[in-house]
Amino acid sequence: MAIQQIFSPLPGVFYRKPAPDQPVYKNDGDTVTENDTIGLIEVMKSFNEVKAGAAGKIVRFLIENEDAVMAGQPIAEIEV
Amino acid sequence: MVIKVLKPGLATTVQDLGRPGYYHIGIPLSGGMDRHALVAANLLVGNPEGAAVLEAVFMGPELEFSDDAVVAVTGAELPPKLDGVPQETWSSFKVKAGQKLAFDFLKKGARAYIAVAGGIDVPVVLGSRSTYALGALGGFKGRKLEAGDELPVGTATAPAKEGRSIAADLRGLPAGMPVELRVMPGLYWHRITDAAGIGFFSDTWKVAPEADRIGYRFKGGKPLEFVPREPPFGAGSDPSNITDACYPYGSIQVPGGTEPIVLHRDAVSGGGYFQVGAVISADMDQIGQLQPNTPVKFIKVDMATALAARKEKAELSAKLRSALA
Repeated sequence: MAIQQIFSPLPGVFYRKPAPDQPVYKNDGDTVTENDTIGLIEVMKSFNEVKAGAAGKIVRFLIENEDAVMAGQPIAEIEV
Repeated sequence: MVIKVLKPGLATTVQDLGRPGYYHIGIPLSGGMDRHALVAANLLVGNPEGAAVLEAVFMGPELEFSDDAVVAVTGAELPPKLDGVPQETWSSFKVKAGQKLAFDFLKKGARAYIAVAGGIDVPVVLGSRSTYALGALGGFKGRKLEAGDELPVGTATAPAKEGRSIAADLRGLPAGMPVELRVMPGLYWHRITDAAGIGFFSDTWKVAPEADRIGYRFKGGKPLEFVPREPPFGAGSDPSNITDACYPYGSIQVPGGTEPIVLHRDAVSGGGYFQVGAVISADMDQIGQLQPNTPVKFIKVDMATALAARKEKAELSAKLRSALA
């Protein structure tokens, strides 16, 4: 088992939910597949899905919902 | 030659120096948001300085070249990788037929300019190859690139040169934090109170995530207070409304007095918001390199300072040209 980080591809605002009144995409401890969405980055009036990029289990999120992010910043850790 | 788009990036568009001359009928300037970097990319590969290039914002595309080419990436620090091998930004390098150009995560700045010797050869529309996506005009089919697009490349008119680079002091990128944008107060300055005017220039603002080619929105400063008035005929009741008027490139509107928006290359040309002033032309390229959340201060200047800054900018361009001549 190895720990991998999921990086933000874009600068902007990070959201863990698809909409304010909906549950988060993923919780700590959830299993994910490569194509699972773990959050959204809002920039230039568009919302861009962040994919897990690898199958595994989410260890923890490293940033909070609605935090500002930079491109290349780690968003979450997964155990693969 | 053809460049095949394997992955488009976030909003990669074809841009040149723009489409001036139609703003009065509602067609914006368009063109690269950082024109200095666009010119630099073209000069590096031996193109005329206004050849069409790709503008990639925040995230690079992935491109495959059908033939040998010479390429340069300037503007934002968006590290290019050729078949996985890192290449320098602000330098021209050779691409062999079949090679793939991709990009690492954005390190600095916001918009990278990808020039190819020969230029991106999309049709000229109203004098320009620039994309105005909101109007579905120009560029590649009037829109941002999509996976599977095949971009035609023109024939180089001068021999393309690889292995050339541009020194850091000729890159014209924003320096220091907060970034300082120089502003001349405008015709509607009298609409805000003295205290609001002082606050506008003393507050530190942050680039909002909504900022794009149409306008750059800023947040975090104190809301502007307006001088009470009877709304003139045609203006709305909101104190930030005016009777419709022209919006210059660079003008700063503040709808509701809360979040200033600097109009940029793809802006609308008129409407009913008052404008506190305009960012001077010499500082407009820098706006194109601002990421969301970047702290910014607006600095009050007069016409003499604005003209001196324009002259200084022209001198920087002249130095760039002679360095690559």
